[in-house]
Amino acid sequence: MLDALDKKIIAIMQNDLPVVAEPYRDIAGQLGITEEELLRRLNQYFAQGKIRKVGAVLRHREVGFSANALCAWQVPEERLEEVGRQAAKSSYISHCYSREQGADWPYNFYTMVHAHSQEECRMMVEDFAAENGLDAYRMLFSTKEWKKTSMRYFQEEL
Amino acid sequence: MLTAFDKALLNKIQENLPLVSRPYAEVAKKLGVEETAVIERLNFLREQGYIRRIGPFFDSAKLGYIGTLVAVRVREENVPTVAAAINAYSGVTHNYERYSEGDTRYNLWFTLLSPDTASQVKVLASIENMPGVERLISLPAIKKYKVSVRFTL
Repeated sequence: MLDALDKKIIAIMQNDLPVVAEPYRDIAGQLGITEEELLRRLNQYFAQGKIRKVGAVLRHREVGFSANALCAWQVPEERLEEVGRQAAKSSYISHCYSREQGADWPYNFYTMVHAHSQEECRMMVEDFAAENGLDAYRMLFSTKEWKKTSMRYFQEEL
Repeated sequence: MLTAFDKALLNKIQENLPLVSRPYAEVAKKLGVEETAVIERLNFLREQGYIRRIGPFFDSAKLGYIGTLVAVRVREENVPTVAAAINAYSGVTHNYERYSEGDTRYNLWFTLLSPDTASQVKVLASIENMPGVERLISLPAIKKYKVSVRFTL
Protein backbone atom coordinates (compact mmCIF):
# COMPACT_ATOMS: atom_id res chain seq x y z
CA MET A 1 0.00 0.00 0.00
CA LEU A 2 1.03 3.55 -0.66
CA ASP A 3 1.12 5.91 2.29
CA ALA A 4 0.67 9.69 2.10
CA LEU A 5 4.40 10.27 1.71
CA ASP A 6 4.62 7.71 -1.12
CA LYS A 7 1.90 9.52 -3.03
CA LYS A 8 3.63 12.84 -2.46
CA ILE A 9 6.93 11.41 -3.68
CA ILE A 10 5.32 9.88 -6.78
CA ALA A 11 3.49 13.13 -7.54
CA ILE A 12 6.63 15.27 -7.26
CA MET A 13 8.71 12.79 -9.30
CA GLN A 14 6.46 13.51 -12.30
CA ASN A 15 8.45 16.72 -12.68
CA ASP A 16 11.54 16.45 -14.83
CA LEU A 17 14.51 15.12 -12.90
CA PRO A 18 16.99 18.02 -12.72
CA VAL A 19 20.19 17.43 -14.70
CA VAL A 20 22.57 18.42 -11.92
CA ALA A 21 25.17 16.44 -9.99
CA GLU A 22 22.83 15.50 -7.13
CA PRO A 23 19.30 15.64 -8.56
CA TYR A 24 17.55 14.00 -5.60
CA ARG A 25 18.91 16.36 -2.92
CA ASP A 26 16.64 19.34 -3.77
CA ILE A 27 13.59 17.15 -4.29
CA ALA A 28 14.09 15.57 -0.88
CA GLY A 29 14.41 19.09 0.55
CA GLN A 30 11.08 20.10 -1.00
CA LEU A 31 9.47 17.03 0.55
CA GLY A 32 11.05 17.69 3.95
CA ILE A 33 12.82 14.33 4.02
CA THR A 34 16.45 13.26 3.66
CA GLU A 35 17.96 12.32 0.33
CA GLU A 36 18.63 8.83 1.79
CA GLU A 37 14.95 8.35 2.64
CA LEU A 38 13.88 9.49 -0.84
CA LEU A 39 16.33 7.13 -2.57
CA ARG A 40 15.38 4.28 -0.24
CA ARG A 41 11.72 4.66 -1.18
CA LEU A 42 12.42 5.06 -4.91
CA ASN A 43 14.56 1.91 -4.90
CA GLN A 44 11.71 0.13 -3.14
CA TYR A 45 9.20 1.22 -5.84
CA PHE A 46 11.62 -0.01 -8.48
CA ALA A 47 12.00 -3.39 -6.77
CA GLN A 48 8.20 -3.67 -6.55
CA GLY A 49 7.77 -2.86 -10.25
CA LYS A 50 5.94 0.37 -9.48
CA ILE A 51 8.71 2.16 -11.39
CA ARG A 52 9.25 0.65 -14.85
CA LYS A 53 12.38 2.61 -15.58
CA VAL A 54 14.33 5.67 -14.59
CA GLY A 55 15.71 7.46 -17.57
CA ALA A 56 14.80 9.55 -20.56
CA VAL A 57 12.12 9.26 -23.18
CA LEU A 58 13.11 11.09 -26.34
CA ARG A 59 10.87 13.15 -28.58
CA HIS A 60 10.60 10.68 -31.39
CA ARG A 61 10.09 13.18 -34.21
CA GLU A 62 13.16 15.15 -33.19
CA VAL A 63 15.36 12.05 -33.23
CA GLY A 64 14.14 10.97 -36.65
CA PHE A 65 11.32 8.53 -35.90
CA SER A 66 8.70 10.69 -37.54
CA ALA A 67 6.14 8.03 -38.44
CA ASN A 68 4.07 5.92 -36.09
CA ALA A 69 1.20 3.56 -36.54
CA LEU A 70 -1.16 1.93 -34.12
CA CYS A 71 -1.71 -1.53 -35.49
CA ALA A 72 -4.81 -3.53 -34.56
CA TRP A 73 -4.55 -7.29 -35.15
CA GLN A 74 -6.78 -10.32 -35.06
CA VAL A 75 -4.78 -13.01 -33.32
CA PRO A 76 -6.29 -16.41 -32.47
CA GLU A 77 -6.71 -16.60 -28.69
CA GLU A 78 -4.35 -19.57 -28.33
CA ARG A 79 -1.56 -17.73 -30.18
CA LEU A 80 -1.63 -14.49 -28.15
CA GLU A 81 1.24 -15.45 -25.84
CA GLU A 82 3.53 -16.50 -28.68
CA VAL A 83 2.74 -13.47 -30.87
CA GLY A 84 3.04 -11.17 -27.84
CA ARG A 85 6.51 -12.52 -27.15
CA GLN A 86 7.55 -11.98 -30.77
CA ALA A 87 6.22 -8.42 -30.77
CA ALA A 88 8.05 -7.66 -27.51
CA LYS A 89 11.34 -8.59 -29.22
CA SER A 90 10.93 -6.13 -32.09
CA SER A 91 12.86 -2.89 -31.70
CA TYR A 92 10.27 -1.11 -33.87
CA ILE A 93 7.45 -1.93 -31.47
CA SER A 94 7.24 0.16 -28.30
CA HIS A 95 3.88 -0.90 -26.84
CA CYS A 96 2.10 -4.18 -27.21
CA TYR A 97 -1.12 -5.29 -25.52
CA SER A 98 -3.91 -7.79 -25.90
CA ARG A 99 -7.23 -6.01 -25.48
CA GLU A 100 -10.94 -6.65 -25.33
CA GLN A 101 -12.68 -6.29 -28.69
CA GLY A 102 -15.33 -3.74 -29.61
CA ALA A 103 -18.78 -4.82 -30.82
CA ASP A 104 -17.97 -3.85 -34.42
CA TRP A 105 -14.21 -3.91 -34.01
CA PRO A 106 -12.94 -7.50 -33.93
CA TYR A 107 -9.28 -6.79 -33.12
CA ASN A 108 -7.78 -8.24 -29.94
CA PHE A 109 -4.04 -7.40 -30.18
CA TYR A 110 -2.40 -3.96 -30.52
CA THR A 111 1.11 -2.78 -31.32
CA MET A 112 2.60 0.73 -31.58
CA VAL A 113 5.14 0.83 -34.38
CA HIS A 114 7.69 3.61 -34.80
CA ALA A 115 9.87 4.16 -37.88
CA HIS A 116 11.55 6.84 -39.94
CA SER A 117 8.74 6.99 -42.50
CA GLN A 118 5.24 5.73 -43.14
CA GLU A 119 6.71 3.40 -45.76
CA GLU A 120 9.10 1.90 -43.22
CA CYS A 121 6.23 1.46 -40.75
CA ARG A 122 4.29 -0.40 -43.41
CA MET A 123 7.26 -2.63 -44.20
CA MET A 124 7.78 -3.48 -40.54
CA VAL A 125 4.14 -4.39 -40.09
CA GLU A 126 4.02 -6.45 -43.29
CA ASP A 127 7.18 -8.31 -42.23
CA PHE A 128 5.75 -8.97 -38.78
CA ALA A 129 2.48 -10.18 -40.32
CA ALA A 130 4.30 -12.55 -42.69
CA GLU A 131 6.70 -13.88 -40.05
CA ASN A 132 3.83 -14.66 -37.71
CA GLY A 133 1.30 -15.84 -40.26
CA LEU A 134 -1.20 -13.09 -39.45
CA ASP A 135 -3.33 -11.58 -42.19
CA ALA A 136 -6.16 -9.70 -40.49
CA TYR A 137 -4.94 -6.33 -39.29
CA ARG A 138 -5.43 -2.59 -39.64
CA MET A 139 -2.74 0.03 -39.60
CA LEU A 140 -3.94 3.29 -38.10
CA PHE A 141 -1.62 6.13 -39.07
CA SER A 142 -1.79 9.30 -37.01
CA THR A 143 -2.89 12.29 -39.07
CA LYS A 144 -3.02 14.77 -36.22
CA GLU A 145 -1.66 14.80 -32.70
CA TRP A 146 -4.19 16.45 -30.37
CA LYS A 147 -2.44 15.54 -27.15
CA LYS A 148 0.67 13.75 -26.01
CA THR A 149 1.90 14.11 -22.48
CA SER A 150 3.15 12.04 -19.57
CA MET A 151 0.67 11.01 -16.93
CA ARG A 152 0.86 12.98 -13.67
CA TYR A 153 -0.14 10.71 -10.81
CA PHE A 154 -1.54 11.81 -7.44
CA GLN A 155 -1.30 15.53 -8.24
CA GLU A 156 -3.95 16.24 -5.61
CA GLU A 157 -1.40 15.14 -2.97
CA LEU A 158 0.89 18.11 -3.61
CA MET B 1 23.04 17.70 -35.88
CA LEU B 2 23.68 15.09 -33.24
CA THR B 3 27.32 14.18 -32.69
CA ALA B 4 28.48 10.61 -32.12
CA PHE B 5 28.81 11.44 -28.41
CA ASP B 6 25.25 12.83 -28.34
CA LYS B 7 23.90 9.61 -29.83
CA ALA B 8 25.85 7.46 -27.37
CA LEU B 9 24.60 9.65 -24.52
CA LEU B 10 20.96 9.59 -25.68
CA ASN B 11 21.07 5.81 -26.15
CA LYS B 12 22.56 5.36 -22.66
CA ILE B 13 20.18 7.75 -20.93
CA GLN B 14 17.16 5.81 -22.24
CA GLU B 15 18.34 2.81 -20.21
CA ASN B 16 18.00 2.68 -16.47
CA LEU B 17 19.67 5.44 -14.50
CA PRO B 18 20.75 4.02 -11.15
CA LEU B 19 18.74 5.37 -8.21
CA VAL B 20 21.75 6.79 -6.42
CA SER B 21 22.82 10.21 -5.25
CA ARG B 22 24.90 10.99 -8.38
CA PRO B 23 23.29 9.11 -11.28
CA TYR B 24 24.95 11.17 -14.02
CA ALA B 25 28.38 10.28 -12.63
CA GLU B 26 27.51 6.61 -13.26
CA VAL B 27 26.50 7.40 -16.85
CA ALA B 28 29.75 9.33 -17.31
CA LYS B 29 31.77 6.40 -16.02
CA LYS B 30 30.15 4.06 -18.55
CA LEU B 31 30.79 6.50 -21.40
CA GLY B 32 34.37 7.19 -20.24
CA VAL B 33 33.90 10.93 -19.76
CA GLU B 34 33.66 13.42 -16.90
CA GLU B 35 30.40 13.87 -15.00
CA THR B 36 30.32 17.56 -15.99
CA ALA B 37 30.46 16.62 -19.70
CA VAL B 38 27.34 14.48 -19.30
CA ILE B 39 25.49 17.15 -17.34
CA GLU B 40 26.34 19.97 -19.71
CA ARG B 41 25.50 18.04 -22.84
CA LEU B 42 22.26 16.61 -21.46
CA ASN B 43 21.08 20.07 -20.48
CA PHE B 44 21.91 21.26 -23.98
CA LEU B 45 20.06 18.34 -25.63
CA ARG B 46 17.09 18.91 -23.38
CA GLU B 47 16.98 22.62 -24.28
CA GLN B 48 17.16 21.62 -27.96
CA GLY B 49 13.99 19.57 -27.53
CA TYR B 50 15.34 16.05 -28.05
CA ILE B 51 14.21 14.81 -24.64
CA ARG B 52 10.55 14.55 -23.72
CA ARG B 53 11.10 13.67 -20.08
CA ILE B 54 13.78 12.42 -17.70
CA GLY B 55 12.83 10.73 -14.48
CA PRO B 56 11.09 7.66 -13.17
CA PHE B 57 8.31 6.16 -15.29
CA PHE B 58 5.65 4.54 -13.17
CA ASP B 59 3.52 1.50 -13.95
CA SER B 60 -0.01 2.90 -13.83
CA ALA B 61 -1.64 -0.44 -13.00
CA LYS B 62 0.75 -1.02 -10.07
CA LEU B 63 -0.21 2.41 -8.71
CA GLY B 64 -3.86 1.35 -8.79
CA TYR B 65 -4.94 3.23 -11.93
CA ILE B 66 -7.03 1.56 -14.61
CA GLY B 67 -6.38 2.30 -18.26
CA THR B 68 -8.08 1.87 -21.57
CA LEU B 69 -7.69 2.67 -25.25
CA VAL B 70 -10.75 4.42 -26.63
CA ALA B 71 -11.83 4.67 -30.26
CA VAL B 72 -14.36 7.29 -31.24
CA ARG B 73 -16.19 7.99 -34.44
CA VAL B 74 -16.63 11.75 -34.64
CA ARG B 75 -18.21 13.78 -37.43
CA GLU B 76 -15.46 15.62 -39.25
CA GLU B 77 -16.68 19.13 -38.40
CA ASN B 78 -16.92 18.29 -34.68
CA VAL B 79 -13.42 16.81 -34.31
CA PRO B 80 -11.73 19.97 -32.93
CA THR B 81 -14.28 20.56 -30.15
CA VAL B 82 -14.51 16.87 -29.22
CA ALA B 83 -10.71 16.53 -29.22
CA ALA B 84 -10.39 19.61 -26.99
CA ALA B 85 -12.98 18.27 -24.54
CA ILE B 86 -11.15 14.92 -24.39
CA ASN B 87 -7.82 16.69 -23.84
CA ALA B 88 -9.22 18.53 -20.84
CA TYR B 89 -9.19 15.29 -18.81
CA SER B 90 -5.88 14.90 -16.97
CA GLY B 91 -6.01 11.10 -17.37
CA VAL B 92 -5.88 11.45 -21.15
CA THR B 93 -2.22 11.28 -22.13
CA HIS B 94 -2.45 10.48 -25.87
CA ASN B 95 -5.11 11.68 -28.27
CA TYR B 96 -4.65 11.22 -32.02
CA GLU B 97 -6.70 11.51 -35.15
CA ARG B 98 -5.94 8.34 -37.07
CA TYR B 99 -6.63 7.10 -40.53
CA SER B 100 -6.85 3.51 -41.67
CA GLU B 101 -7.00 2.49 -45.29
CA GLY B 102 -10.15 0.57 -45.99
CA ASP B 103 -11.68 1.13 -42.58
CA THR B 104 -12.55 4.62 -41.46
CA ARG B 105 -15.03 3.68 -38.75
CA TYR B 106 -13.06 5.24 -35.91
CA ASN B 107 -11.14 8.44 -36.48
CA LEU B 108 -10.17 9.62 -32.98
CA TRP B 109 -8.12 7.44 -30.62
CA PHE B 110 -7.12 8.30 -27.08
CA THR B 111 -5.78 6.63 -23.95
CA LEU B 112 -7.39 7.21 -20.57
CA LEU B 113 -6.09 6.49 -17.07
CA SER B 114 -8.57 6.68 -14.20
CA PRO B 115 -8.22 6.15 -10.44
CA ASP B 116 -11.26 3.80 -10.45
CA THR B 117 -13.95 2.28 -12.67
CA ALA B 118 -16.65 4.74 -11.64
CA SER B 119 -14.66 7.76 -12.80
CA GLN B 120 -13.72 5.99 -16.06
CA VAL B 121 -17.39 5.25 -16.80
CA LYS B 122 -18.30 8.86 -16.07
CA VAL B 123 -15.64 10.29 -18.42
CA LEU B 124 -16.56 7.90 -21.24
CA ALA B 125 -20.27 8.65 -20.88
CA SER B 126 -19.75 12.39 -21.05
CA ILE B 127 -17.60 12.07 -24.18
CA GLU B 128 -20.08 9.71 -25.79
CA ASN B 129 -22.82 12.30 -25.29
CA MET B 130 -21.00 15.14 -27.01
CA PRO B 131 -22.43 16.55 -30.25
CA GLY B 132 -20.81 14.89 -33.25
CA VAL B 133 -19.84 11.69 -31.42
CA GLU B 134 -21.49 8.85 -33.33
CA ARG B 135 -19.88 5.86 -31.62
CA LEU B 136 -17.40 5.14 -28.87
CA ILE B 137 -15.76 1.86 -27.93
CA SER B 138 -13.47 1.19 -24.98
CA LEU B 139 -10.75 -1.42 -25.49
CA PRO B 140 -9.24 -2.14 -22.07
CA ALA B 141 -5.99 -4.10 -22.00
CA ILE B 142 -6.14 -7.74 -21.01
CA LYS B 143 -2.40 -8.30 -20.93
CA LYS B 144 0.62 -6.07 -21.40
CA TYR B 145 3.40 -7.69 -23.42
CA LYS B 146 5.66 -4.68 -23.77
CA VAL B 147 5.98 -1.06 -22.78
CA SER B 148 9.38 0.26 -23.68
CA VAL B 149 9.78 3.49 -25.52
CA ARG B 150 13.40 3.37 -26.65
CA PHE B 151 14.91 4.58 -29.88
CA THR B 152 18.34 3.38 -30.84
CA LEU B 153 20.20 6.27 -32.48
